[in-house]
This record gives sequence, structure tokens and C-alpha cells, in this order.
Amino acid sequence: MVELDLVLNALLAGLLLGGFYAAVTVGISISFGILDIVNIAHPAFIILGSYVAYLANAAFGIDPIVVGVLALPLFYVLGAAIYQIYYLSFEQRGQDSLRGLAFFFGLLFITEVGLILAFGVDYRYVQAVYMDRSLDLGIVQIPLRMLVPCLVSLLMLAVLQLLLTKTFVGRAVMAVAQDQLALQLMACDPVRIRRIAFAASIATCAMAGAFLIVIQPIEPSIGREYIGRVFAICVLGGLGSLPGTLIGAMLLGVVESLTATFYGPSWAPAVGFGLLLITLAVRPAGLFGR
Amino acid sequence: MRNSLFILVVSLVAAAVFAAALLLRSDYLLFAGYTVLQFVVLATAWNILGGYTGYVNFGTAAFFAVGAYTSVFLHKAFPLPVPVMVVVAGAVAGLLGFGMGYLTLRLRGAFFSIATLALAVVLQTVVVNWHYVGGSRGAYILRPPAGPIAGLSYIEYLFLIMLALAALSLIAARAIECSRLGYGFAAIRDDELAAEANGVPTLRLKLIATTISGAFMGMAGAPFPSYIGYIEPASAFGLPYAVNAIAMPMIGGTTSWAGPLIGAVLLGSLQQIATVTISSAVNLLIVGLLLVGFVIVAPNGIVGLWQRFFGRNRTSWRPSSKSTASASGSAASSPSTPSA
Repeated sequence: MVELDLVLNALLAGLLLGGFYAAVTVGISISFGILDIVNIAHPAFIILGSYVAYLANAAFGIDPIVVGVLALPLFYVLGAAIYQIYYLSFEQRGQDSLRGLAFFFGLLFITEVGLILAFGVDYRYVQAVYMDRSLDLGIVQIPLRMLVPCLVSLLMLAVLQLLLTKTFVGRAVMAVAQDQLALQLMACDPVRIRRIAFAASIATCAMAGAFLIVIQPIEPSIGREYIGRVFAICVLGGLGSLPGTLIGAMLLGVVESLTATFYGPSWAPAVGFGLLLITLAVRPAGLFGR
Repeated sequence: MRNSLFILVVSLVAAAVFAAALLLRSDYLLFAGYTVLQFVVLATAWNILGGYTGYVNFGTAAFFAVGAYTSVFLHKAFPLPVPVMVVVAGAVAGLLGFGMGYLTLRLRGAFFSIATLALAVVLQTVVVNWHYVGGSRGAYILRPPAGPIAGLSYIEYLFLIMLALAALSLIAARAIECSRLGYGFAAIRDDELAAEANGVPTLRLKLIATTISGAFMGMAGAPFPSYIGYIEPASAFGLPYAVNAIAMPMIGGTTSWAGPLIGAVLLGSLQQIATVTISSAVNLLIVGLLLVGFVIVAPNGIVGLWQRFFGRNRTSWRPSSKSTASASGSAASSPSTPSA
């Protein structure tokens, strides 16, 4: 017999985790889902974001999530630079598939090894006022270190969704996925739009990285666990849809949390990847795909 | 060069390498040489799928580790001679490659790549939780001091096996390259839709490629536990294998069998030197930087550079319509330009 409060706590923890996963995945939903750029280095940039938050927090005691917001422009510029290299070296020459993948794989590796060289493999963590508190609602406890990232993440998703659907540039980003030529006929440079979108996708890493280090201590190679998760969520949610991403993230969060509660945390990493493999094999268009 | 001649040449070179290894009598050189040869096998195996058909496998470490853990399992269950374990490990890893391909190859190429990344983590989690083969603590394999061949130490015996595997993988890669199969692979790489439309059985060919490629990776992994004497999941599934298996063909050149060989020998030796003289983390950074640098600056690797500067027909391989238009401007003046 399974205890009810155990299940309830696991469910709630899963939903909170899912909110955080949505922030981790939203960048991939933009770059992979909309722009069709297979940026497998995305999780590595999230870890980079975590280390930025760690550095600022350790040096000046700034709240990590505030650091995440402050670092947004920095990561935006980084993203724009990476896209420019990617565009000139691969997209323009028309060999983006094989070599583009190898390029991002190399970036992932360089970032990870660079962080190991700079910080070592010790676990790092941050200080914030909400780290050790939790809301006690009788039968369930909500740790604030999970709740705060989840709420800010939902806010970020809402802002991004508004930007994508209401602003001109956002709608151009959605259009670039469908028909580049038509976009050109509207006097809009598709390369510029793609650069903006890709830069924005990397910018989300600043926030996601800050959330990550609030939720758990980090070390450089932890990003690899997130590769499977982000792509699983992205595919589950049906490539490129932000509401789909959120639902996929919540689903994965709940499944992982239940697995960790009932089978032990050492199985949790396999859940995301296993779910991804099953989705790819059975329903590659995602849960809500056509 | 005909196939039989090529086999003869490869065998002679392999024999010369082995004779040199025996004459030098240096344990360190033998160890470093084994690692380089292992990378020759891995890079060649990766290239059979990645270079010939254009499908990127990020899960080299998974196939390698499956080979290694197959031999750990066999070693515990019923000890067999190493060559038999190599064959069994190849079969298991080949089967894994086939299953993997069957699940994902009907989708776009990127999904296959992502799924191979996922495969590595799933299998690592399984091995970590599987106590029979050591779990996360790892497993020890005690190797006998003397090998089954008289006069050879066990290490020299394993070196010989890896050398034979390297020779075999090169012969197989070249045979594929010059056969109908190889042309089919190339057609898939250049334009899968057009290949399919022309009656190339693309799914079947891709499955053949993943199976052969996976089998060789597994075979490369099989002697590893006996060679090192100890194996644990984090190192067997380590990202360095995946990165090296991609970086070596990319740096050497992906369209011919020579590319992975050149890349593996160069990069493998460089890493052995860098690990000793600098540090192992820095040497991995060098591999990453070289990989990114080469894919940007020299997309066809060292072989491509060689062909561009010294080749007789200097037609560079460029699939994009924009750049071929500018490149064929000069080529169009000469009437005989073999592009197909």
C-alpha cells in the first residue's frame, strides 16, 4: 500500500521540478524547435550560467536569480556571436547537418572542460534568503528553493510567449521557421531574425543556470544529464511550442519525481532519456503533434 | 588498388608495427600504442556511419562500454579466450546498433544523434544499478601474466588483438567504400531524398551501417577491461571516447578510410604526449578546440586539404548550390569534370 502523503509530496515536487525544466528547455524549443539548429551545447551554457551566478553570489552576495536577470544581455551577446560563426561556417555553405552537429558537440566539450579547468570538479552552491525555508501546508511541504525558481520560470515563459506572439520580431521568428523566402519578401532579413532568436535562446541559459544552482549544487559535467531531458521535453511538447514545452516539462518532472521516490534517485537520469527514446520510437511528432 | 593488394599492404604494415613494438620492449610505448590503435578502430567505426552516410553518432562511448561490459559479464559467467569475447561483444554491440537504428533512423538525422546521446546515459544508469558487473564501484579483472601464445606477455597478446582489429576495420572500411554499399552510403549522405527516389534502399543501408559501425566499436571495447584490469561506468562511458571518435575522422577527413586513420594516429599520439607533458584535462580541451577549428576552417579534414593542394583533380566536395555555382565557374571551363 502506498502512502498518500508520499505520493502527494512526490507529485508536487515533480510539478515544481517541471517548472524549472521548462526554463531549461525553452531555449532548445526556440533553437531546435523553431530554428532547426541542433544546439546540443545548450545544457553546457546553462552550467556556464550557473557559474556566473555562483561567482557573483560568492563575490558580492547578490541573489542568484537577480544575477541571472543581470547576465541576460551577456548571454544574448554570446548567443549572437555563436550564431554568427554558425551561420558563416555552416548555414551559408549549406553543410549544417553533419558538421554543425560536430561544431556544437565541440562547443559542449570545450565549455565543460574549460569550466573543469577553471573551477575544478568540486560541487558549488549559492547563498540566498529562501534557501533553507519551506512552506508547510500540513500534509505537504513546499521547499522555497524549488518554489521560487518554478515561479520565476513560469513568468519567464509567459514573457517569452507574449514576445513571440505579440511583437513583430517574435512573429517574424515564428515565420522564419515556416517560410524564409516569404519573410524576405516582407523586407525582413531572415538571418537577422534567426540571430535574434538564437541569441534569445542562449540568453535563457543565464536564467536557467541561476535556477539550477538554487535547486542543487553543481559541478561542470552535470550538464550532460540535461541533454536527454531537454530534448525529451522538447520532442514531447511538439517542437517549438512554448505551452507544449511547459506540459512536457511538467510531465517529465512528475515521472522523474515518482521514480526517484519509489525506485531510488540513481534511476532518475534514465527516465528522461528513456522517455525520449520511447517518444522518438512511438510518437516522434510529440504528444500534441499532427 | 585492388582489395587483395590492400589487404596484403595493411597486413604487412601491421606486422611491421608489431615487430617494432616487440623490438622496442617498452611497456609505456605498448600502452600508448594500444590506446592509439583502439582509437583507430573507434574512429574508423564511427566513420562508417558518420562519414559515409552522414549520420552523427554521439554514443560511441555507449557502444564501446557495451563491448567492455559484455566481456566483464562473460569473464564472470564463463571465462572465454579474448578473441571469442571480442566476437561476442561485437555481436551484442552490433545488435544494439541495429535496434537503435531501427527505432530512430526513420526520423530526421538530428533525432538519431540525440537518441545516441540518450542511449549512453540510459545504458550507464543500467550498468551503475547492475551489481553483477560491479555497479558504480567497478569491477576488477585479473589478467594472467603470460598470454596463450608462447613467448608473448599478456599485454603484448592484447596489443596484437587490437592491432588485428585495427587492420580489420580499415580493410572493412575500404571494402565498403569501393563497393555498391559504399556508393549507396554516399548517395544517402549527399541527398537522402534523391537516393530514395532513385531506388536506393536507404533504411536498409542505414541499418547496415549502424550495425557494422556499432559492432566494431563493441569489439574495440571488449579487450579493454582485461587490458586495464579495472573498469567502472564513469570511465567506460566517458565523453572523451565520443569526442575523440568524432574529432579524429573530422580532423583526418570523413570521406575516405585514410581520414580516420590519419586523425586517430595524429590526435591519439598528440594526446598521449599532452597527457604526459601537460595534463589530461588540457589535452581534452585541445581535442575540443581542434574539432571546432577543423569543422569551421577545413571541413574536409587533412585529406581534404591534401587533395586541395596536391590532388590531381582539384574538385572540392561542396553540396551547397551557392558555393558549387561559384566553384563550377572555374571547373566548367575544362570539359571533363567528374562530379559523380
